[in-house]
Amino acid sequence: MIAAALAYLAWSVSSLHVDPQRLLAGFGRALNILERMVPPDFSRWELLLKGMEESLQMAFAATLAGVVLSVPLGIAAARNLAPRPVYLAARGFIVAGRTFHEVIIAIFFVKLFGFGPIAGLLTLAFSSTIFLGKMLAEDIENVRAGPIEAVRATGAGFGQVVVYAVVPQVLTRSVGTAIYRLDANLRHSTVVGIVGAGGIGQTLSASFSRYDYDFSAAILLGIIALVALGEWFSDRVRRKLR
Amino acid sequence: MAAAPAGAKPPLLAIDKLTKVYPGGARALDAVSFTIERPEVIAVIGSSGAGKSTLIRCINRLVEPTSGSVRLGATEIVGLPPAQLRQARRRIGMIFQEFNLVDRLTVMENLLSGRLGSVGFLASFLRRYPPRDIANAFAMLDRVGLAGLQDSRADALSGGQRQRVGIGRALMQDPDILLVDEPTASLDPKTARQIMRLIGSLAAERERPALVNIHDVALAQGFSSRILGLKAGRLVFDGPSAELTPAVLTEIYGAEDWSRTIRPAGEDEEGA
Repeated sequence: MIAAALAYLAWSVSSLHVDPQRLLAGFGRALNILERMVPPDFSRWELLLKGMEESLQMAFAATLAGVVLSVPLGIAAARNLAPRPVYLAARGFIVAGRTFHEVIIAIFFVKLFGFGPIAGLLTLAFSSTIFLGKMLAEDIENVRAGPIEAVRATGAGFGQVVVYAVVPQVLTRSVGTAIYRLDANLRHSTVVGIVGAGGIGQTLSASFSRYDYDFSAAILLGIIALVALGEWFSDRVRRKLR
Repeated sequence: MAAAPAGAKPPLLAIDKLTKVYPGGARALDAVSFTIERPEVIAVIGSSGAGKSTLIRCINRLVEPTSGSVRLGATEIVGLPPAQLRQARRRIGMIFQEFNLVDRLTVMENLLSGRLGSVGFLASFLRRYPPRDIANAFAMLDRVGLAGLQDSRADALSGGQRQRVGIGRALMQDPDILLVDEPTASLDPKTARQIMRLIGSLAAERERPALVNIHDVALAQGFSSRILGLKAGRLVFDGPSAELTPAVLTEIYGAEDWSRTIRPAGEDEEGA
């Protein structure tokens, strides 16, 4: 087994044409880039701030859209609530949607709607809907069946069963998941810009291709601050919920 | 089963050849027939798996019967389309072994959920119940002995208190009949007797019949006037509680020494 794995590793490394010469040159360039990154250049702070604001808006709007759209998707994908055909269709949609990484979806949306934050927003809204829908469906499938049966037995309609027996059982967890997703979207929003879907990532990508490494450093510091802030916020809120 | 004479009021509940075969072939109910003519507490006894739970769930179609008929007053319930089924369920109150309250809602919200069949979606979503419902809910809270607990969360209550909320919720429907599924199986013996007594006195006050699944033969005999015995999905006994003899219990449960299980009738009055 181990021998086979090693042989495969050796084969794949050789087939990738790893050139030690190039590796060494890369390390050399890294030093050069790092040198040019200090001190970070905050002189174009307006551009930096605009990118960060765009990312932040993208993350917030995408999370909101995801939360709203994930409710029908989550209910449709819950085995204990949805009729069989609806359940299968919704699960199929989730599986298909999860197949592709955000970046691939972003490339697709950039092709459709052109460069800029619209493509990023749609990408994150789409992947948030899929993610939150799947989490919601799983939470709904784990609720206690007894209260659902009891509320149904009173003559309640489907909507009332959801509001009275399901929502109270999944609400706290779902709010926690949504906050977590907001935090994740903040991170993703910095990535999708690389393929032209707007936000701070696009600014970063542009600065790299213009060899403005000192500005790149400033942007990276900005991203670190943004993500750390998001994580702190998300942790705080989720701890409060528990 | 004799047909009701023309012009006479239909029985409160008439079950005819009710059969349930689960997917996979298990025959949980096999042509069960009986009628309830007057408001009284009727205990359904039988060993686990005899079909007690299936029987009462087929009445309000939480479990879909395979064949047979369930008539609630003049309404045939089997085959009702969804909207009318919901109307029919309003008239059937149900009480559960595990109470089945919604833990994160308050006692008051749980009580008012008994009105869900009668208020619209938006009104129930916004918790805007008619003032009469709210007044009734407070009266109910008092009646089941939980006055002042309206704002407690359901999961903060003890088992006995939770079952009292469950009973209140069912009665908030102002039902024509109560279906009660093992109401005491999750409770200690003393609380179990209090709960059975409460169900009995509420059914009597409102002149409604209660069909109670219960595996405790002594409790069944002490708190009901009529007993149905189920064995492997078939109704093998239907008679007054006093006629529950060791021979009958052997028929229902199989051979065992029953002399200590059966109590003389009327022994059970120890004050509420």
